[in-house]
Amino acid sequence: MSLPFLLEIGTEEIPDWMIEGACQQLTRLFTEISMFHRIGPGGTSQAGVANTWTKATPRRLALYSAYVIARQGDTEELIMGPPKSAGPGAANGFARKLGVSIDQLSTEVTPKGEYLSFLKKIPGRATRDILSEALPELILKIQWPKTMYWTGKSGQRFIRPIRWIVALLDNQVVRFEVAGVKSGNVTSGHRILGAPEIPVASENYEQKLLENYVILSPQEREKRIRAGIGSASDEGLLKTLVNLTEFPSVISGTFESEFLKLPAEVLVTVMRHHQKYFAIYENGQLTNRFLAVTNTDGDPDGLIRRGNERVLRARFNDAKFFWETDQKKKLVDRVADLAHVTFQAKLGSYLEKTGRIERIVHDELGGDHAAVRAAHLSKADLTTELVKEFTDLQGVVGGLYAREQGEPEEVWTAIYDHYKPASMEDSIPRHPAGQLVSIADKLDTLRGCFGIGLIPTGSKDPFALRRSAQGIVKILVEGELRLPIRKLLHNDTKLEDFVLDRVRYYFKDIRGFKYDEVNAILASGWDDLVDVQDRLVAIQAVRPTENFEPLAASFKRIQNILKQAQFTGDGGSIDASLLEPGPETDLYQEFQNVRNRAADQPYRPALESIASLRPKVDLFFDKVLVNAPDAKIRQNRLTLLHTLLAEFSTIADFSEIVTNT
Amino acid sequence: MDSYQEIIFKLKKYWSDRGCIIQEPYDLEVGAGTMCPETFLRVLGPNPYRVAYVQPSRRPADGRYGENPNRLYKHMQLQVVLKPSPNDVIEQYLGSLDAIGIDLKKHDIKFEEDNWESPTLGAWGVGWQVMLDGLEITQFTYFQQCGGIDLDLVPAELTYGLERLTAFLQVKDSVYDIEWAPGVSYRDVRFNDELQFSVYNFEMADVETLWKLFDLHEGEAARLLKLYDPKSLDKNRFPLLPTYEHVLHCSHLFNTLDARGAISVTERVAVIARVRKLAVGVAGAWMDQQHGSGVEAAEAAR
Repeated sequence: MSLPFLLEIGTEEIPDWMIEGACQQLTRLFTEISMFHRIGPGGTSQAGVANTWTKATPRRLALYSAYVIARQGDTEELIMGPPKSAGPGAANGFARKLGVSIDQLSTEVTPKGEYLSFLKKIPGRATRDILSEALPELILKIQWPKTMYWTGKSGQRFIRPIRWIVALLDNQVVRFEVAGVKSGNVTSGHRILGAPEIPVASENYEQKLLENYVILSPQEREKRIRAGIGSASDEGLLKTLVNLTEFPSVISGTFESEFLKLPAEVLVTVMRHHQKYFAIYENGQLTNRFLAVTNTDGDPDGLIRRGNERVLRARFNDAKFFWETDQKKKLVDRVADLAHVTFQAKLGSYLEKTGRIERIVHDELGGDHAAVRAAHLSKADLTTELVKEFTDLQGVVGGLYAREQGEPEEVWTAIYDHYKPASMEDSIPRHPAGQLVSIADKLDTLRGCFGIGLIPTGSKDPFALRRSAQGIVKILVEGELRLPIRKLLHNDTKLEDFVLDRVRYYFKDIRGFKYDEVNAILASGWDDLVDVQDRLVAIQAVRPTENFEPLAASFKRIQNILKQAQFTGDGGSIDASLLEPGPETDLYQEFQNVRNRAADQPYRPALESIASLRPKVDLFFDKVLVNAPDAKIRQNRLTLLHTLLAEFSTIADFSEIVTNT
Repeated sequence: MDSYQEIIFKLKKYWSDRGCIIQEPYDLEVGAGTMCPETFLRVLGPNPYRVAYVQPSRRPADGRYGENPNRLYKHMQLQVVLKPSPNDVIEQYLGSLDAIGIDLKKHDIKFEEDNWESPTLGAWGVGWQVMLDGLEITQFTYFQQCGGIDLDLVPAELTYGLERLTAFLQVKDSVYDIEWAPGVSYRDVRFNDELQFSVYNFEMADVETLWKLFDLHEGEAARLLKLYDPKSLDKNRFPLLPTYEHVLHCSHLFNTLDARGAISVTERVAVIARVRKLAVGVAGAWMDQQHGSGVEAAEAAR
């Protein structure tokens, strides 16, 4: 018989960003115990998944399963006894130990002979008893990024205090206790609008919650918010608000149009990050309206709207005050003040960093006057009140001030953009000047930190060096900047390995190239990342053609042969007179043809030409013995193979290609 | 409409009715109500305690010469500590808002994650900022550790921003327009404070003198801590509370130096560590003196 099961863990407000992960864990943990204890639905596990759900609000995690069986199936255990030959005394002893009569014993035939045995029947336990034992552990097994205790030292830990638990199997309470809270059938409604204590049953649980202003399903809450915000989209903010409310309503407010004179970036940051409002645009222009999501059933008296408007006005006034105060001192006059802002104890102040960025832009990256000017001003905004208040806007604020102060577009956009890309999804700086300043800034951080041994280990990367390295890679490739990256890394091997990892990650995980193609291409050099990209595109295109993979397999064979012969190619050039007529000479001639042809071709046709060698290579291996008895001939053949391999490994190391042959 | 002081009276009465001792403000400059011994030391050890007090809290860097409508050098906190935290602590807190006339059915209240940490006190906790119609009105923290010591009983600390709350209730755009008492504005009472301390903190405080004072207070606190002997039979006489006052002076001097722009980012970390070492030392010694445990922490601090 299968029964409905409902579990609700009632808590104080769980941080919004943890709720989704907790739901996933709850599903997984419940599946684990139902499989372990064999209490899941009798049918396929598919049916179980279809009839189990988890839903959550900030104050509750709920799990429902439509079909939990009432009782575990019975099982049997075969208990082996003494050999039959041991006689009746031993048989009696065995039966006595088990508490059964001797005629209940049976005989097992084993390779060692006949043994007495007993088939013990173990009756299945009631699911209710199993759940009573398993659920406390299940609840406490949910992993959280940061837990607390609240019942006293060495008390149980959870994300926030657990205040009630509903656990119903077939609408009867499954009894247990966690952190002093006893399970029951009483839930709690919305803090303000709902009843504090509501008895529920499995079938009316969601409905009762809804009557008490709790929309259990995150999807439903999302729908409700989406309906209210219309075209104002901001997926990250939406998700936050879905998990910050139990009964979301969207209200709209306005602010004084005069604030629109402030940069949109500042206004949007205040609305989005500080107040969690949706900003509203019309024809690409920011308007003086905003949308807020409340945890209420609307705002009939307009009190909530007015309150939010007042808070926003105060925030905007602050920003306006900072914007105006900051303008009293030009960016260029703020550069000297950077002497008082520490970048890193051993790496000096931001003034020193600024000097280094300027030199890298000018001396190493070949930046023009605009790029050097932007580098000079790039960090000056760290001394402004606006950046101290809105740290997320570093760079952006500097760019805006530079624009106000009459810097040319190339300069102010370079300052504005130089922290980009903030992530792999973010775009790179829009103009070359910004790209160079961004690279120089990140390069300086990487060199400096590696120079003093601040090398990221595992998940520890306090200076976000991975992001810096990743940013450089992305800018070089997507900005099509043919700059010698290895030279820029000062040929520091640790730093090179670190950046190479990021190069690999970029092409493999971000751009979707196959890992063996990336390995093959990088093995042939990666000093110019634009070139790496060109070669990758070519190899990806040529790979499906018929000759390519077999040739790659042959190249691997060549490499193995050379390795076995410990041949490193110091033996001079190929002696054509030693070549045997037939497959060997054919290969040599074809090799020369291909070499000449490929030399002037772009990568893709060049790779196609190289792949066309395949029949000759195959024939060579078929008919010619590399390990010829004559040492001179053997040497010459190895030289031929070595030359072939070396010649064609400038585009890719084909032996890195993983083939099925 | 209730005046500022009327709101304070009501909140005090509310928490008094719920078993809190109503303390008076600590008579020393502090950055937050948490730093007062009534919180910092009382949360240690196994004894239940409930207390509420208004604490003027000084943040030199937040001074704005009395010009900014929302930012103050010195603001008033209502600090409530419930140790251990009762199960219905949030309901009690919401009740306090009702008590000062906020009809929660007509407003939007949210609990947004905001964990609290004080590096100078070696203290941290988890909790929320309580948002009322988009305005942060209270910081709600479940203390987990204080002075580097895991707490026996987990206290709930509620810190109300009284000016903000009053501005909300009186529908004022500037804290200076709040009515403190009938016919008397917040500006009338506090403006000179804000102006003159901003001038001192940002312009006139003598950095060398402040460092000297810092060193003197640090030295006195450290000297006393060295003298504390857990094995002494009359250790209950030992002046740990005065020792802690020197730590508080250090903390405030640090904040003033910071506002004055005299502390670089790197120095910051080092100075914070110096203050924390003293705070942790006092906490350990206090645990030993009052509760007979925590000697290791006290020893470590020596």
